[in-house]
Amino acid sequence: MNRRGISACGAYIPALRMDRNAMAQAHAWSMPALRSLGKGTRSFCSWDEDSITMAVEALRACLGGSDTDSIGTLTFASTTAPFADLQNASLVARAANLPAQTRTQDNAGAIRAGVSALIATLECSETNDSLVVAADHRKARPGSAQEMHYGAGAAALRVGSGDDVIAYCLGTRSSNNAFIDHYRPADSDHDYYWEERWIRDEGFTKVVPSVVKPLLEQADVAAEDIAYFCMPGYMPRLGGTLAKRLGIPGEAVVDNFAAKIGDTGTPQPLLMLASALERAQPGDKLLVIGFGAGCDAVLLEATEAIRDYHTSRGPTDLSTPLPPVEHYNKFLAFQGDLDLDWGIRSETDTRVALSQVYRAQDQLNGFNAGVCPACDAVQFPVLSTCVNCGATEPMAKKPLADEPAKVHTFTSDGLQYYPAPPMYWGLVQFDNGARLLMEMIEVDPDNFDTGSSLRMVYRIKQRDDRRGLHRYFWKAVPAERGDDNG
Amino acid sequence: MARGIKDKVAIIGMGCTEFGERWDSGTEQLAAEAFAEALEDAGIEKQQIEAAWYGSALDSVNVGNSAIPITMALRLDGIPVTRLENMCATGTEALRGAAYAVASGAVDFALAIGVEKLKDTGYGGLPPTTKGTLNDLWFPYGSAPAGFAQLASGYRTRYGINREDLKRAIGHVSWKSHQNGVKNPKAHLRKAVDIDTILNAPIIAEPLGLFDCCGVSDGAACAIVTTPEVARSLGKTDIVTIKALQLSLSAGRESATSEWDGSYVRNTRIAAGKAYEEAGIKNPREELSTMEVHDCFSITELVTMEDLGVSEDGGAVKDVLDGFYDADGGVPCQIDGGLKCFGHPIAASGLRMTYENYLQLLGRAGDRQIDNARLGLAHNLGGVPYNGVSAVSIVGRLGD
Repeated sequence: MNRRGISACGAYIPALRMDRNAMAQAHAWSMPALRSLGKGTRSFCSWDEDSITMAVEALRACLGGSDTDSIGTLTFASTTAPFADLQNASLVARAANLPAQTRTQDNAGAIRAGVSALIATLECSETNDSLVVAADHRKARPGSAQEMHYGAGAAALRVGSGDDVIAYCLGTRSSNNAFIDHYRPADSDHDYYWEERWIRDEGFTKVVPSVVKPLLEQADVAAEDIAYFCMPGYMPRLGGTLAKRLGIPGEAVVDNFAAKIGDTGTPQPLLMLASALERAQPGDKLLVIGFGAGCDAVLLEATEAIRDYHTSRGPTDLSTPLPPVEHYNKFLAFQGDLDLDWGIRSETDTRVALSQVYRAQDQLNGFNAGVCPACDAVQFPVLSTCVNCGATEPMAKKPLADEPAKVHTFTSDGLQYYPAPPMYWGLVQFDNGARLLMEMIEVDPDNFDTGSSLRMVYRIKQRDDRRGLHRYFWKAVPAERGDDNG
Repeated sequence: MARGIKDKVAIIGMGCTEFGERWDSGTEQLAAEAFAEALEDAGIEKQQIEAAWYGSALDSVNVGNSAIPITMALRLDGIPVTRLENMCATGTEALRGAAYAVASGAVDFALAIGVEKLKDTGYGGLPPTTKGTLNDLWFPYGSAPAGFAQLASGYRTRYGINREDLKRAIGHVSWKSHQNGVKNPKAHLRKAVDIDTILNAPIIAEPLGLFDCCGVSDGAACAIVTTPEVARSLGKTDIVTIKALQLSLSAGRESATSEWDGSYVRNTRIAAGKAYEEAGIKNPREELSTMEVHDCFSITELVTMEDLGVSEDGGAVKDVLDGFYDADGGVPCQIDGGLKCFGHPIAASGLRMTYENYLQLLGRAGDRQIDNARLGLAHNLGGVPYNGVSAVSIVGRLGD
């Protein structure tokens, strides 16, 4: 029997980057010490992104358009899931068009929830094809160090036991304790931290080795044989310090993306693993840590299949960032920390008709068009009568999310209320014949016109901050962005 | 075989309020003002009106739905009154209801009235409206100018016109309407604006600037119709009749198939083709005396010139810049200022356009009277270019 392991990974980082120096400058009058952290950028969610939308994008990157019929379970791990009682994983599964019989569950409680979910999935014998996705966009109090350190993102892993496993599991180990380096009460938006030196010396430096050492012993792997050490957290030298203490080679320490993306929380160790797997060669050992009121550790070994994976999948997409944002107010507004006066026009009620959403879930969540059985016209929305030939036979489903499309008509709308004006929208023409009106986001006005190629992303269409259930739908982004501004 | 309603319906009375920011008036007062003018013009008693069609597009937010607000406002007691809404074609729809009632022989006198009170929203522009529980979950929540600005990208792409040249042409469209609006005492905007001001105004929805957008106004307009025979029996000699009245609505071909190239309005072409056939018009560029078209935005008027077959496809930019549609041009367009300057109280607009054509035909248009008016066309475009409703109506003299 094959051993269980990881068969694919996917990542998603929002395209928005906040310039840390601009943040430090905004706080310079009150917190001059933040200037020392004012280097590089951090990722953050646009107004229309949350942990569900990011998870969907990471999952799509992981699946790469492959067959999902055999997916048995999906676990969604996050400390910033939008819903306390409404299974977030289920919403993610519907947007990713996973089979209806896939068992879905949420995992939360600490930022090690992503690694915890990976361990649970690796040790679950119920299915040979599973998914783990982790996403977070932790808010930090303005002026805090965390505001500088944190980032937003998502990572997805496919777990199985087939010949396509690129890194199989050599062992896992966990511990629990009451070491509270930080916490976030259930009704709070922000984390509360204890002193950093105590966290480093009494927390990471002692807790991590107490789990890793016995794991290495039980797996009979020497620390010096670890090729990739994925130690999350924002502290810049933490990975190196722990590697040295554990006897892991310094060059094995995987970059924690602190310079450009920031500490993404729950997905962070999985993003580091995805990045390590891009470079790992058969036989390389990989060690992944999850930390928070205890510790999780996973030891993996890359297989021969990783060579084909490198060839077929290319580098893990951490998304090409937009030019760094220099307006701190924009960052605050998108985080929901700045209540701007958008005028009376913004007062429209955006309540979601839940019964309608359920009726149209295949269209709205899964972005499935209809295909007319009589004339093959692909169409959205799906009504009872074909737009092209008038046939009334039931239509077959055709997912549009991965279909190539172009701008047919567009404008930039400066009148309508929109949280990131101007709002670009227009008719999107799919190569398969489908056409519909869509929002177009992350547009560079100088490189955008009719005929520009588009790809689809899952986003919040309109927020209902009054009731907390937003309208989710798909939007179009330019298929290719210019230079890497990261 | 149906033969249409050409010359079966006479317009014997029309009324139109001053359009604009009518802070002094609500729906009821506006309706009463237009109605009083029409009744006096028709020379009949209110009690002679046997049926009415009342159009209001967004006004239900002010007065509620149903036709009761108009029966209350005008005290139309005990007659059938229908409230209807078909976006910006609402006014023409009201006229269609009344005209069909007369043409069918059901009644001798029918009233069509459109009223819109838009300036109780607290902000400029039209209020956002629901597109229905399903569409609201996926439609981009865009503004009206942005919906029509889509035409600019489609037109540019089809004809390979650069942004600057198109901007200049649509700028002239608005410049011309401002010139015309000065001469209309009932117009909302009665001020000439120079072309540089128009071209450099703040952008609302690219490429449409502030002056590319029509006025959002309060107002009401109405018509009293009867048969030509009854009109003659009332002593009318110079009788204006409806030559054609056609509508076309989208069923999804433009917005949900790859058929439409984005450079024209399919519904206008269909409605115009049927209207010309009904009216017996072979060459609109030569035969039409004047046009009131749905210039909600300057780009709309530009493509409408082609959709109505007055300019050739791709020829509107040149015609517009040549002044063909100016007051002294080949076919004066928006001689009353159009939606741009007369204003656009949605449900009143279709009737306002017919009101201007009616005045021109009767030689009652004052300073803006054109010579030898024989056929006047009114065109409405409701919704958006790719998903909407177009109405084309033509009026002329009985016997022409």
